[in-house]
Amino acid sequence: MSEQKIIEIEVLRYLPESDQAPRPEVYKVPFTDDMSVLQGVQYIKDNFDGSLTFRWSCRMAICGSCGMMINGIPKLSCEAFIRDYYPKRISIEALGNFPIEKDLVVDLSGFIEKLEAIQPYIIPKEPRTVEEGEYIQTPAQFADYIQFTSCINCTLCYAACPQVGLNPDFIGPGAMALMHRYNMDSRDGGQARRMEIAASEEGVYNCSAVGYCSEVCPKKVDPGNAVNINKINAGKDYFLRFLSPKGGAK
Amino acid sequence: MSKRRPYVRSMDGWWKKNPFYVEYMIHEGTALFIVAYSIVLTFGLVRLAQGEVAWNGWLEAMKSPLSIIFHLVLLVAIAYHAFTWFKLFPLTTPPVVINGKKLESGLIVRSGWTATIVATVVSFVIVWGIAA
Ligand code: SF4
Ligand code: FES
Repeated sequence: MSEQKIIEIEVLRYLPESDQAPRPEVYKVPFTDDMSVLQGVQYIKDNFDGSLTFRWSCRMAICGSCGMMINGIPKLSCEAFIRDYYPKRISIEALGNFPIEKDLVVDLSGFIEKLEAIQPYIIPKEPRTVEEGEYIQTPAQFADYIQFTSCINCTLCYAACPQVGLNPDFIGPGAMALMHRYNMDSRDGGQARRMEIAASEEGVYNCSAVGYCSEVCPKKVDPGNAVNINKINAGKDYFLRFLSPKGGAK
Repeated sequence: MSKRRPYVRSMDGWWKKNPFYVEYMIHEGTALFIVAYSIVLTFGLVRLAQGEVAWNGWLEAMKSPLSIIFHLVLLVAIAYHAFTWFKLFPLTTPPVVINGKKLESGLIVRSGWTATIVATVVSFVIVWGIAA
């Protein structure tokens, strides 16, 4: 049998009851080549310190709960493998641009509020009765928004966005991508209502096109593109509102 | 009583923490060189309006070694800005759908560059023609 390999994992710990500020702690973790960084963190919890706190569920990059800064880069920890970092040390930290609740867990309440604010559900153009039957959507209409449905709310894009860090009220890439997903749906008629948010002070114009959000997105949603398309839409809405009274921005 | 005490990390020096941000800052910074060049050109236009003597003085000033070095620096900075700007092109443009297929981002970048090169060559030819 080959020798047991050991990786050093440095975790930024924060226990709100006893720590004034977060502090790094290093653990020596034995690992095998099939182990993810998440499994490394689980090893620490099971063998060294049961108080280490982090979130995870699916272990297969779909629930979106295990995001962490791994060597400063926002990643799903179940999708990052220890072998790719070995023999260097791995540093992990709670997702950037969010307040740290405890250890690797961040306070997501602001994000949840933003998600609610963009009204992420179909707002029908006009009420439709059961007798009228289902909506018909062509493959082309479906293709308009399918990419933006892949978002798993992992918030890696928020951790990647310096504008979110500088202005925590900015609606941010992920929620904007979801807003765009509904706006682009042929069954939806809520664009004017959502425009109030898109064009507001918390809206699209906080984005300075850094583009790192789209780079780190594990689902290829390209949230940065959704934000930038809505800059154009918000601009059009602003100018066209003088011609047509239907624009939503106030 | 709640034991919650969410810790907010500082944003100080954020742009140094990731090579991606460094590139972004250089990209934004090089925009100032474009401003500088437009000031040089505007100044030339003012001198032109002031008559032949002023205009020739400006032309002479443009030929000085210092001015040539300055323009070389501008060229490098503006080329970098253009390069990184085109890299962002697919991020900032709405999807282009042709025959039901979305144009891939590499092609968007390349068509941007093609348009730039064509425009540059055309302006060169026109200016050359006028000068000759
Ligand atoms: S857009 Fe991508 S990075 Fe952002 S929350 Fe959705 S899946 Fe995660
Ligand atoms: S544990 Fe579900 S995405 Fe990583």
